[in-house]
Amino acid sequence: MALRGNLRDFTITQLLNLINLASKTGTLVVDGASEQAFISFREGKLAYARVGREDGSLAAVLHKANKINANQYRAIADRAGQMTDKELGLLLINAGYVTQEDILLNLQGYFTDVVRRLFTWVEGIFRFENEMLPPDDRINVKLDLENIIIEGSRQLRELEQLKDEIPSLEMALKFTDRPLTNVNLSVDEWKVVKFVDPKNTMRQIASTNKLTEIDVRRIVYGLLQAGLVELVRPSGAPTPPNPKMFPTPDKEEQKSLINKLIGRIRTM
Amino acid sequence: MQTVKMVVTGPFSAGKTQFIQSVSEIDVVATERRISSDEERSVKSATTVAMDFGRITVDEDLVLYLFGTPGQKRFDFMWEILSEGMLGFIVMVDSTRPETFREARSILETFRAYAPTPFVVAANKQDMEDSWELEDVRHALRLDKNTKLLPCVATERDTVKTVLLELLYSILNEMESGK
Repeated sequence: MALRGNLRDFTITQLLNLINLASKTGTLVVDGASEQAFISFREGKLAYARVGREDGSLAAVLHKANKINANQYRAIADRAGQMTDKELGLLLINAGYVTQEDILLNLQGYFTDVVRRLFTWVEGIFRFENEMLPPDDRINVKLDLENIIIEGSRQLRELEQLKDEIPSLEMALKFTDRPLTNVNLSVDEWKVVKFVDPKNTMRQIASTNKLTEIDVRRIVYGLLQAGLVELVRPSGAPTPPNPKMFPTPDKEEQKSLINKLIGRIRTM
Repeated sequence: MQTVKMVVTGPFSAGKTQFIQSVSEIDVVATERRISSDEERSVKSATTVAMDFGRITVDEDLVLYLFGTPGQKRFDFMWEILSEGMLGFIVMVDSTRPETFREARSILETFRAYAPTPFVVAANKQDMEDSWELEDVRHALRLDKNTKLLPCVATERDTVKTVLLELLYSILNEMESGK
């Protein structure tokens, strides 16, 4: 039977564990809420990964890791457009720009990062394609999955705990009375702080700053613990319908009803 | 016959069923089941899996229903259903079990997200020697100074009445301030 299903029933960590134990070769295709990811394996080891439209070429990965500068990256993109990653890698090693170790370590880091991002996907459909092998023109790695699985389980636990603390991203944030002076915030924390306003939901803040669900929860949790912000219902948001709260729409009758309840409980 | 309802929520074994039992004029219609996990069984032997249901008749035209939510997280799909149409809610927390404070906070936030109705927090088991002081509970639950945090002993009718009354006063205040 084909390996396919829903991430709600089978998490990425469970999938990786299965692929590892069964020493599978092929590609795991995950259709997430807004992106698609392709994770390839050879005999149960991570070989290659890409997500969405992200440029996962060797040149882009080395540029991101500051192994080549912006000019070199542009020159490669212009002149080596038709060259495969394997050919480009050989060229860069021969020219003395990078070592083989640099290339492998950075690709491993990039592929692991892609898989790490998948751990936060809770919605999505997956399928494992036995016939779909990693692209020939890209450099493959051979990474054991155990450490990635352990890290994934840890992240999943963290996300569960953060969800306990902050159950809904539809709530907004507001500053408490505590002043924001002498507080050392990271760049990502500042990005969130900049949008703290009862009008903005945490989901909107995450989307504006391109932060994942776990990232925004982690940052907000820190700010909450430090007593700098508090959760509030977004202002201007439509109040959820609660039509059956009172049996009567008349405000005075509603008040009288509450007063009757108060009277009754007092005399109990 | 007019009916209104309030919800009593909180973590597992916070004292919700007892709270309702103390003021309900009928035997609480409890949907309790034997507990399967060893850890939870060490705290109590049966727990609410769907809801508790108590009643206070005001007069022949008006009845207040009290609904207790299941405390175990795996039954949280019931929470949203129970919260529909509530006048307000009470979050019960066991003052002697700080390990449940985090969950109480999470339940409170979840209910706040369901409906913008008034709520109070009842710090139960305040008669126990190892119970946390109210102000410590307030800090642990990160409640602001405007949130009513009330001492409670769910087996004592008077403290339960006070909690219900404080919630009703909050509802009335909110109506009068036109929120």
